[in-house]
Amino acid sequence: MYKHKDLLGIRVLSAEEISFLLDTAVPMKEIIKRQIKKVPTLRGKTVVTLFYENSTRTRGSFELAAKYLSADSINVSGASSSVTKGESLYDTGRTLQSLGADVIVLRHPMPGAPRLLARSVQAAVINAGDGAHEHPTQALLDMFTVREKKGGLAGLRVAIVGDILHSRVARSNIWGFTKMGAEVRVCGPATLLPAGLEETGARVFHQMDRALEGADVIIMLRIQKERQQQGLFPGLREYSRLYGLSSRRLSLAAGDALVMHPGPMNRGVEITADIADSNRAVIEEQVTNGVAVRMALLYLLTGGGAHFEANH
Amino acid sequence: MKLIIKNGRILDPAAGRDETADLYVDHGVISAPFQPDQDTKIIDAAGRLVTPGLIDMHVHLREPGFEYKETIATGTAAAARGGFTGVACMPNTEPVTDNRVAVEYINKRAAEAGLAHVYPIGAITRGSLGKELAELADMREAGAAAFSDDGRPVPDAGLMRRAMQYCGMLDAVIISHCEDKSLAGDGVMHEGAYATTLGLKGIPASAEEAMVARDIILAAETKCPLHIAHVSTAGSVSLVREAKKRGVRVTAEATPHHFTLTDRAVGDFDTNAKVNPPLRGEADVQAIREGLADGAIDVIATDHAPHSFDEKNVEFDLAPFGLVGLETAVGLVWTELVHTGVLTPLQAVQKLSLNPARILGVTGGALAVGAPADITVIDPLLEETVNPAAFAGKSKNTPFTGRRLKGLPVLTVVAGEIKYERQNSGVRSQ
Repeated sequence: MYKHKDLLGIRVLSAEEISFLLDTAVPMKEIIKRQIKKVPTLRGKTVVTLFYENSTRTRGSFELAAKYLSADSINVSGASSSVTKGESLYDTGRTLQSLGADVIVLRHPMPGAPRLLARSVQAAVINAGDGAHEHPTQALLDMFTVREKKGGLAGLRVAIVGDILHSRVARSNIWGFTKMGAEVRVCGPATLLPAGLEETGARVFHQMDRALEGADVIIMLRIQKERQQQGLFPGLREYSRLYGLSSRRLSLAAGDALVMHPGPMNRGVEITADIADSNRAVIEEQVTNGVAVRMALLYLLTGGGAHFEANH
Repeated sequence: MKLIIKNGRILDPAAGRDETADLYVDHGVISAPFQPDQDTKIIDAAGRLVTPGLIDMHVHLREPGFEYKETIATGTAAAARGGFTGVACMPNTEPVTDNRVAVEYINKRAAEAGLAHVYPIGAITRGSLGKELAELADMREAGAAAFSDDGRPVPDAGLMRRAMQYCGMLDAVIISHCEDKSLAGDGVMHEGAYATTLGLKGIPASAEEAMVARDIILAAETKCPLHIAHVSTAGSVSLVREAKKRGVRVTAEATPHHFTLTDRAVGDFDTNAKVNPPLRGEADVQAIREGLADGAIDVIATDHAPHSFDEKNVEFDLAPFGLVGLETAVGLVWTELVHTGVLTPLQAVQKLSLNPARILGVTGGALAVGAPADITVIDPLLEETVNPAAFAGKSKNTPFTGRRLKGLPVLTVVAGEIKYERQNSGVRSQ
């Protein structure tokens, strides 16, 4: 069962709740694979995506998830709304609620913004990424993908490589995979690893070769060029040499290791093109699964309590 | 009006006195015993502590410029309700207190309010911009008790050195909010595992300690009295303790929130726990308590920093730093330090009255005959749950809502006049 009003992060969920969310996404994926990708389940419900950061895949994924379930959806952008007139998040949330929103999907550059919104409205709030805090639906789709490929999550070795400091994806995946019984390793340069990281339960590495030894899953994170201008690492050339996923490095992992990336990729920087396009990479499947996971969430947060039956 | 406070436990740190006795007040000063007449108010303080008026040497009264957060009148009302008879206010108003007229304005408004002594702190540099010295001697003449650029610490070491040379000449203390902005960056809470969990940017201990070290070195060289504001890290406590051993003229203060709370108090992005310097780790809290006990830290001050509800009801990154402290300070000192045995009642009173008075060079901290009748009566056993709605101050931004406190101020007397008397406190007046 999932009994929360909102989904703000993975850290506060139990393993049972995570399993239930993933189970609910299974029949949703079946709908996406149909010729006619639409069920009437959420007819009359309204989903608002409120994005204060640019995003194509997460926003599109939520919007399609809402449409496949027959919910009405509108998009509000931080740039085009009254936000630029200085309206507070509190007031924006209250306005969207008055317009009839049942679910507000929030992407925001600042950690904790979804918590503020959730406190301010009765509508369900889904965190679609808040600063470096959490990106729970990304972690759910990553776990869904791995579970589908590997049959389960317990006992797997999951390596997350790159800019952990700024990564909400890394944090949500550390909480999620750890709760599900996997071993999580994080790897990056000292200047891109946040303080006290080992206290999250993850094992911390600076050398990528060691982090990848025997790994079943490799999650590569996007490195942003602006971090170089902030003095956090010397340059992309050296970064790529130390923390790029190459064929040689991939050979250190388990023979059937999965390669994942939350996107968008910097081909030739954190991942070579041949690996990104190889059959080891499940990057495109992650995108499809993202829609299924978000359908499951929209369904559960608008009152769907029990397991969803795809053929109803 | 004459006043007799009977049967209280007199705590006079200036005289090292701790005994049960009666205290007599006549014409605004503490007097020799006299026979009561019909103009005499008699207060039975049996079981209560009778102390010199408490002085909070670090508050923000927000006037002029930010009267929606606090005014001199509401801030001194909060002081009186919190047991403080005097407060020293920081210069980060709008305009900044960086000239004689601004100092005189604060004194005028404080006299109009008439609730507590107000000691203006002047800015070190014009506009607190860290570029050129403000007219320090002129402000000193007008009554500036100390100098500080508080939340905008002087980044240029050379300018800070000249400020100390100049203040040394005036024998005025410089109060330093130690924060190297190049290390603090745009951090919003203590750097550590909890900031990592929340994805918030951290402020490392080094941001404070690097500047504590710098300013101690400059104070040793210039002989200027230096006071380190709101010490928050174990490393800062060690630096101050070590400097005192070498004879450097340095003193330090700690706030109730820094000896009570850790970074975990940020909880689920509670902006009322966003404060600068940030709430630190458990080892830091312990080090501050040790520093208070062994004398490395001289003063307990609140850094009372009012902000409106709407300013705090925003994303954590956007919320201003600061929390209100005047009306919870005594309760926290007694609950966290006195009842736990970290400080004796006399030591606590010394850090809340005599020591700040000495550092600021103002009268206070004594209950001797002839001293101004600034008196605080504390009931060490009285309990209450913190309820911001009951605050006399204008803003309610406290992280202590719902916390149970034991040991509360029940009577505040300024220059012989009662400015606050707690209802139903059990202190009987006739």
